[in-house]
Amino acid sequence: MKTLRIAAVAAAAALTLTACSGTGQDDDGAEDASDLDLTYAVVTHGAPDDAFWSVVKAGSDRAGEDLGVDVEYNSDPDVTKQAELIDAAVADDVDGIVVSMADPDGLEKSVKAAVEAGVPVITINSGIDESAEFGAITHVGQSETIAGEAAGEKFSELGAKKVICVIHEAGNTGLEQRCAGAKSKFGGSMENLQVDGADTTEAKNTIQSALQADGSIDGVLALNAQVALGAQQAVEESGAEVQIGTFDLSEDLIGQIQDGNVAFAVDQQPYTQGYLGVQFLYLNSINGNQVGGGKPVYSGPAFVTKENADEVLEVRQERHPLTR
Amino acid sequence: MLRRPEVGAAVAALVVFAFFAIYTDTFLSEAGVATWTESSARIGIMAVGVSMLMIGGEFDLSTGTMIGTTGLTVGVLTTHYGVNVWVAVLIALALALVIGALNGILVMRTGLPSFIVTLATFFVLQGLNLALVKAIIGGVAVQGMRDVPYFDSIEPVFATDISLPFGASITISVLWWIAVTAIATWVLLRTKPGNWIFAVGGAATSARQVGVPLFRTKIGLFMTTAFAGWLVGMIDLFSAASVTSAKGVGDEFIFIICAVVGGCLLTGGYGSAIGAALGALIYGMTEKGIVYAGWDSDWLMAFLGVMLLLAVLVNTWVRKQAEVSR
Repeated sequence: MKTLRIAAVAAAAALTLTACSGTGQDDDGAEDASDLDLTYAVVTHGAPDDAFWSVVKAGSDRAGEDLGVDVEYNSDPDVTKQAELIDAAVADDVDGIVVSMADPDGLEKSVKAAVEAGVPVITINSGIDESAEFGAITHVGQSETIAGEAAGEKFSELGAKKVICVIHEAGNTGLEQRCAGAKSKFGGSMENLQVDGADTTEAKNTIQSALQADGSIDGVLALNAQVALGAQQAVEESGAEVQIGTFDLSEDLIGQIQDGNVAFAVDQQPYTQGYLGVQFLYLNSINGNQVGGGKPVYSGPAFVTKENADEVLEVRQERHPLTR
Repeated sequence: MLRRPEVGAAVAALVVFAFFAIYTDTFLSEAGVATWTESSARIGIMAVGVSMLMIGGEFDLSTGTMIGTTGLTVGVLTTHYGVNVWVAVLIALALALVIGALNGILVMRTGLPSFIVTLATFFVLQGLNLALVKAIIGGVAVQGMRDVPYFDSIEPVFATDISLPFGASITISVLWWIAVTAIATWVLLRTKPGNWIFAVGGAATSARQVGVPLFRTKIGLFMTTAFAGWLVGMIDLFSAASVTSAKGVGDEFIFIICAVVGGCLLTGGYGSAIGAALGALIYGMTEKGIVYAGWDSDWLMAFLGVMLLLAVLVNTWVRKQAEVSR
């Protein structure tokens, strides 16, 4: 596949050169791209049913369609199995790998091995600090700490005094960083609450119990959209005056923001993470580009509030209806 | 010979192997072989331990979390308390064996089904893995494992690549897997405790009447699965140099599934270690083969379920034919 690719790049270059020298031949980029026969692997730590990661997948799938390359998406929340998926992609001789590094230590060996084997790597979503060190071209995502800080400031603006930060995945360092970031910039007091994100009903009940146990809680920071919806139900049923903020979006959640039941969502724009990951690999394959110049490319955070919720919802429904 | 429990699984494994070898280019490549043998080995070590316990008529649902508990024990002891990594690994082994023995003693003394007792252990370990680790190191993931002194000296024991003469390479976990399977098979078929295991699983009351040490046998079996959990815990820890609080949760059923695919009966008294190892091989080959085939990963679990069902059907069919031909 590799020799074919080099030949194709050479052919494309030759075509471009002749075009420049004014023979008047059309240089059809799209056709050249599919001639390259590129395959990229996207390997993330998302659970298969996670709404957030299905948006990332939609973004990378769309980039694959737009660019005429094959994109194979696989994921596993267990770091050992995720590392095996990376090894499998290298074994499969793919032309590039997009990987999310929720547990960088655990993926170090596999990512470095991929880079050594000459497979270009782009990291997305998490692993911003280790991306360059492991030899990835660039990182696309938001700094969890910066995003957390933004959420903490937002709660201060909303006038909250006591907030609980709901962690839905034990063992995810990114979530811990968000809560720590939020805590550092929040004026009041903030405590973490561990819930089972795989069981949303149970998560709702746990949040409700916390609200019942401590009447002074006036804010809940959820770290994904499903948990935020659970928190909204919990608040409704307990009848307390509690502001809800969250990370990440779903269509139902945007509805709650429009209704004013949820104050804000920090959107790290997962679609762009999936899309740009593949796009940047493509630029590297066809033109040797290293986007980012050694610095991460921030995909967010963007705030979704009552002011812009209508617009955000419209775009989602029109552009990628499958990811609601 | 044809009536051995693993014959069907061997045929099913060959079918799965042939399918992916023909259908995908990567499956037989050096790097491809290295990947699917590695996944099979980790599951297989555990499945062999679980199969012995199942032949002895019991279940262990704490095996998945045991992988996390032992890994976290070593991680926390070395990175946080500065304990020598070799010592920490032995402490984790002792801890695993104690928990295994406790499982066995509770099952035998209370008369509760092992399903319930080990489910409780599963929850307790899951909770400790999160709460205790967070309380001690203030985070959910062990960091900086590679910087621990003597890490390099112990890493090759559990996680290193071995080049084979004909060019391919495998991880050392594959050798552990073969060793564990060989020892388990020898114990089951050639030793007195092996007979005891079949006896206590098949007919506990009559086994007791003829003087089989029921108590010792069952406790030994629970300690065996705990040992396997420790071994896989160490393999995972030293190959990833990382472990988090959620490690292993949910994996316990996969080990039982592999034992069943390999011919173990859910009711006890029948099965084999080689069968369980083959069951894990079928699982590992299918899981990675699906990735090589480039099938949409949204369907992964559905494909896996269908392939496993087909494997068990082939397995049962072959065994029936073997019985008829006798």
